[in-house]
Amino acid sequence: MPKLTVNGIEVEVEDGATVLHACEEAGVEIPRFCYHDRLSIAGNCRMCLVDMERAPKPVASCAMPAGDGMVVRTDTDRVTKAREGVMEFLLINHPLDCPICDQGGECDLQDQAMGYGFDSSRYEENKRAVEDKHMGPLISTTMTRCIHCTRCVRFATEVAGVPELGAIGRGESMEITTYLEKSLASELSANVIDLCPVGALTSKPYAFTARPWELNKTESIDVMDAVGSNIRVDARGAQALRVLPRLHEDINEEWISDKTRYAIDGLRRQRLDKPYIRGRDGNLAPASWDDALGMVATRLKKAKPAAMAAITGDQCDVESMFALKRLFDKLGSGNVDCRQDGAAVGGVRAGYLFNSTIAGIDDADALLIIGSNPRIEAAVLNARIRRNWLATRLPVGVVGPQMDLTYDAENLGEDPAILASIMSGKAKFAGKLKKAKRPMIIIGMGALARSDGAAILGMAHQIADTYGVVAGDWNGFNVLHTAAARVGGLDLGLTPGRGGLDVAGMYKAAEGGKLDVVWLHAADEIDAERLKNAFVIYQGHHGDRGAHVADVILPGAAYTEKDGIYVNTEGRVQYAGRATFPPGEAREDWTIIRALAGRMGINLGFDSLGELREELYETVPHFADQDAIRPARWAKFGGRGKINSASVTTALDGFYMTCAVSRASETMGQCLMAMQADRAQADSAQDAAE
Amino acid sequence: MSIEARIAADQPDSFAFTRENVAEAKRIITKYPKGRQASAVMPLLDLAQRQHDNWIPMKAIEMIAAKLDMAEIRVLEVATFYTMFNLKPVGKYFLQACTTTPCWLRGSDNMMRCIKDRYGISSGETSDCGRFTLLEVECLGACVNAPILQVNDDFYEDLDYAGTGALLDSLEADAPLPFGSITGRSGSEADGGSTTLQELKPAE
Repeated sequence: MPKLTVNGIEVEVEDGATVLHACEEAGVEIPRFCYHDRLSIAGNCRMCLVDMERAPKPVASCAMPAGDGMVVRTDTDRVTKAREGVMEFLLINHPLDCPICDQGGECDLQDQAMGYGFDSSRYEENKRAVEDKHMGPLISTTMTRCIHCTRCVRFATEVAGVPELGAIGRGESMEITTYLEKSLASELSANVIDLCPVGALTSKPYAFTARPWELNKTESIDVMDAVGSNIRVDARGAQALRVLPRLHEDINEEWISDKTRYAIDGLRRQRLDKPYIRGRDGNLAPASWDDALGMVATRLKKAKPAAMAAITGDQCDVESMFALKRLFDKLGSGNVDCRQDGAAVGGVRAGYLFNSTIAGIDDADALLIIGSNPRIEAAVLNARIRRNWLATRLPVGVVGPQMDLTYDAENLGEDPAILASIMSGKAKFAGKLKKAKRPMIIIGMGALARSDGAAILGMAHQIADTYGVVAGDWNGFNVLHTAAARVGGLDLGLTPGRGGLDVAGMYKAAEGGKLDVVWLHAADEIDAERLKNAFVIYQGHHGDRGAHVADVILPGAAYTEKDGIYVNTEGRVQYAGRATFPPGEAREDWTIIRALAGRMGINLGFDSLGELREELYETVPHFADQDAIRPARWAKFGGRGKINSASVTTALDGFYMTCAVSRASETMGQCLMAMQADRAQADSAQDAAE
Repeated sequence: MSIEARIAADQPDSFAFTRENVAEAKRIITKYPKGRQASAVMPLLDLAQRQHDNWIPMKAIEMIAAKLDMAEIRVLEVATFYTMFNLKPVGKYFLQACTTTPCWLRGSDNMMRCIKDRYGISSGETSDCGRFTLLEVECLGACVNAPILQVNDDFYEDLDYAGTGALLDSLEADAPLPFGSITGRSGSEADGGSTTLQELKPAE
């Protein structure tokens, strides 16, 4: 571990650290543009120059490995002058259009120009101008502002795994572009906007919307997938305007997927902002809360416990699911289910968690993926797998359809019979699992949400036991969920009670006329048509599939509009804050259930969110542990039945439109269209070549 | 300049190495350690350019990218970085004129003027007859015999206005002068013959 002196302060840094790290260790801030912690070192902006003893010239601290006995100074006149010189060169070709630039107020160049910039320019030639590039519906470009730090190029190549961005030309004619100006085919593409230290790459949907200092910033949790990315929701007045990533080293680091970032414009469209009741004419008509709740109360009172059911959706907060569960408990009905897709998960906690934790992916040395496409189901998590693959050439085997995961993966076929042959050691990939010290299995909903899902889960358990996937302090058995609410629901026990109906049972009962009332709690990923014989109560925020068959609509809040607890696929409990209020007469979800219970004369045991949470902690203690994971004990789970021969698929057939919010989002629609157009073009080019 | 402006508007539909070049490409690639085959990108681009009338079509870039397991944009980056790779058709005689300081001090402006007077072309342009393309380049590394004009692979040195004219005459007649100094000086010895060590005889 080298010891250095920075401005007279002695610091000791890790082996392999740079002088820049050492300076930070000593509490000295180093200005930089091209250097980024999570990207490779480029050393091309020269802003981080420092003075070093025995070095003839200032050195770029980001690219200089820290050595023992180095004496570094950052406070000399020479350093200041060098940085001022670099800044002056950067500003030569940078347009001074800050007043019309979206980066204004959160721009690295602007901030550092305050420290090192001149008050006027000595440059009298013409500034260069660069044509703007097309980078798809998310990224707006003003390439004249580009300072060629190449952060975006390195991000696309290294993290996103789509080497489509590059710097063409040289010197003054250098330009950043995609190959033939296609949109960036990545689920993480918009992170280059955050990375861009200037206003060259800005957000297209958010263009000219607001200045950063106008926004109220709320810390929240993403619900577009089950990763539980930490986000910040920026709102002005009643509208959530943008979503930015929040640093969480063990989950999303500082990236988020494009859907997380951009689906929020769906929160402004197709909203349920007042209660509705289906009239005699078969049409939904606006109603008062009083009438709607009264009608629901009457229906529930009339129905027998066995003839009522509740399905909770994929993005519900824990509090409202808890309230609904308690209501149904009080009503005496066990017909509750949080698994809209009918996945065979629940019960033993180790059987539905991403046990290794997301950070644990870094330690894996072999990976078997069953029925999942992490690239679209959990894009940020996939970037972690890719990083491991880049560093160690992680052997990856996939049981499922052919897919491009941004890293090399051996496709073992779609036939689930391969699982048995992996189990018996006959399959080639079994050798790699056997050799591994920390093997990992990721099993997705594509394998579990099928009629023989329990048997596949059981088989995966056997494979895990055979190959030491769970050994010592390592548990590499991972279930990758696609629904943000799923683990929370399962932790609450939102699965059918004794003799209760699951979603499939509810369909059958509804079709047979044995189900009188179904409560859909923001449940839109179901075959709602099959429930229409029953009286359908839809509590949710979007006029999506569930609302179409509803007889009563109780308008609820979306994820940015309520304080809520979410549990991600690892079992990590996270708290999200409310950024805006629900629109119109819509209410936070737990209050709707509480109001109804009051109407029916049922005491749920809480009158405020605080009381609800206290009840919740009493029932399921680990919900009180914010940002903590309670490791699950390895136990027996899964079935032993026959696995049928149907192909193993993946849960989602696309990335952009997968939930009520993203389906209502215009931006997501544009992304989908752009992707289809690029694909069609590539296909026709291929046809022409053949 | 966007990519469109840098590449030829009229691109061929396909590109493939000739049989000899396939073998040559293979020989080049095997020079580099396994997993480092991307190092062969420049020799392969050069090979493609020589095969294809001294310019590289996009199909060749894509072919090389596939061959070396590189992203297409990476190959394009290399091809646009170096001035010796042409992404647009050039004339039969590709003139690369050095105008960096030593050449400029020794009169590269006259050389440029001669070319301009004859064909009316500036850097990056092709003559009306289509046989001459001029490109202003940075130091060609032969400053001692400045100014330098590179014609395809050959260096012509010590060019003044008249000398450039004579050279262009010979090119027009498709009978190029011998390469090297146009004034006939041997190697890089002093102008007007050697002045020192005259008694020294070359070793037998």
